Amino acid sequence: MSVPTGPRIITSRFDVADGHTYAGYVRTGGYASLRKALSSMTPQQVHDEVKAAEIQGRGGAGFPAGTKWGFLPADVHPRYLVINGDESEPGTYKDRMLMELDPHQLIEGIVIACYALNAAQAFLYVRGEMALAQERLAQALNEAYANNMVGKNICGSNFSVDVTLTWGAGAYIVGEETALIESLEGERGMPRLKPPFFPAVKGLYMQPTIVNNVETLANVPYIVGKGGSEFKSLGAPTSTGMRMFAVSGHVNKPGVFEVPNGVTTFRMLFEAPEYCGGVRNGGKVKAFIPGGASAMWFFPEHLDMALDKPTVDKAGSMLGSGAIVVMDDTTDMVAACWRIVRFFARESCGKCTPCREGTTWLERVLKRMLDGHGRPEDIDLLFEVSESISPGIAWPPRQTTICPLGPSAVSPIASAVRRFRHEFEHYIEHGRPINGVESPFHANAVSHA
Amino acid sequence: MSRLTDERVKTAQEIIGRFPRKKSALIPLLHLAQEQDGYVAQDAMVHIAELLDLAPAEVYGTASFYEMFKFHPVGKYCINVCTNISCQLVGAWNLLHHAEEHLGIKSGGTTDDGLFSIEDVECIAACTEAPALQVNYRYRYKVTPEAFDAMITDLQNGKLTGEVPPHGTLATVRQETTTAWSNRGSEAQAQVDAR
Repeated sequence: MSVPTGPRIITSRFDVADGHTYAGYVRTGGYASLRKALSSMTPQQVHDEVKAAEIQGRGGAGFPAGTKWGFLPADVHPRYLVINGDESEPGTYKDRMLMELDPHQLIEGIVIACYALNAAQAFLYVRGEMALAQERLAQALNEAYANNMVGKNICGSNFSVDVTLTWGAGAYIVGEETALIESLEGERGMPRLKPPFFPAVKGLYMQPTIVNNVETLANVPYIVGKGGSEFKSLGAPTSTGMRMFAVSGHVNKPGVFEVPNGVTTFRMLFEAPEYCGGVRNGGKVKAFIPGGASAMWFFPEHLDMALDKPTVDKAGSMLGSGAIVVMDDTTDMVAACWRIVRFFARESCGKCTPCREGTTWLERVLKRMLDGHGRPEDIDLLFEVSESISPGIAWPPRQTTICPLGPSAVSPIASAVRRFRHEFEHYIEHGRPINGVESPFHANAVSHA
Repeated sequence: MSRLTDERVKTAQEIIGRFPRKKSALIPLLHLAQEQDGYVAQDAMVHIAELLDLAPAEVYGTASFYEMFKFHPVGKYCINVCTNISCQLVGAWNLLHHAEEHLGIKSGGTTDDGLFSIEDVECIAACTEAPALQVNYRYRYKVTPEAFDAMITDLQNGKLTGEVPPHGTLATVRQETTTAWSNRGSEAQAQVDAR
């Protein structure tokens, strides 16, 4: 199987032993884009390159970063850049690598972005559980300050910016941008209502704020160095550049890959020897999650679809944060569905009733099925509760809540119950999975085969 | 247990100095307290409230939202076993049950000698290396039961002391920059005006 190829942009230093140090970064071309921007480009020209790159935000929503930057009202200061390094969507594993293995690339992207945005302060918010990433970023920031790449009059220019490293303490919801801002203000991480609290208008300390994902900003040095059109030419016109995807689950070689965006297909990722090398034990794909736990599931008929944002959106799911989870034909779909719903139930912040109550109910109903106490009316009950959280159970989900966490819990239910209803009915009737399916709760057992 | 030591108060002041508003330093300061005592002690929260001009209830109000903060002593080594979807698909529950049996405690518990706690946690962003766990937030990948037992022995014998600091310590390197934020707003405006 031949696969589309492209340069390694943001993962280029992953194999360089000292790529995370200032010396290693500069030796491999680092900080050249920052020097270029400060010495020969206006902030508007930098912004124009990012717009021309048409890079879609890599955090989950996929909103074009250049357009987002344009939402800042003119002449309102102070204004802030906040970097979302709170990577916690199940299956997502890329920002942590970027922070651990190439922290200077992120810092360079941050400083360039601040230059384009006319922001003098940036806050780099890293997930609490990522001790090594915090350590590498602290080290890198100390080096960058010492070498005048951050701080006052950067590289002798009249541009100054401070980057403050801060971190969370374990809460998935803080990945939502307004919840992250709350957390950054020292509050409980509960999302704000939009409108009026669109971060670009009323963000951190009620000032204009841009919140960007780590991977998005890590691409900025390349975009400024090579030009936005060069970046755009690497992927599909509708999903530009290179993009990182983490493929986990039942494949022979799970891994994180940087691939040409919008043209690589799911089948290529799963089967090509340079990527995952096929489903384990020569098995078949039963279902896969294309973009994190919040996404609707895909099935074998979607394998030849390209990882292209509008294509995947149209098919009723999303590429989200680039988290792909493969389930082979031995997977217990009731257990898989339950585990994802349990995640949302545990991580609901409790602010909105449909989410706080609904996710908890869904989890309990699924758990009693798994425990052998399912009731005949339970499948209807799952849909009834789902309907209260997200009316119509459609894609994109409608919300009765402030943020999308609650509706996200409906995705695994809608996906698994609609497609594998017989597995749920079997659990209700017999208290165990169907033949040939492996319960994740018993050692090495293909249950009741 | 205790208020923050003088040395930690100095670190706290540096952290506070990096934010335009004091309260933004709250979560980093709670981590400082947890680093000192292994958990967030009540006296430490009162101390943090004094440092940030907050009521102690505001400190606890924020702290209690976040999973990582413990308000009672926990094991010197907290073992967080991920059981989320990618790990569940390749045996996370077997690993968790093995861990529970090996240490004689249930998820959420601490061994009598105060050395180990286990928790069943949500995704830790190591999905392609499943099943994965963290010991005091240091990763272990593709963990087999045998590897788990060997890790426990190594932790008991102090062989991993350099690699795994006691619970509460996250990064061992801190940002050093000190910034006077008070006049940063006007300075930023001046920078824009100068263009």
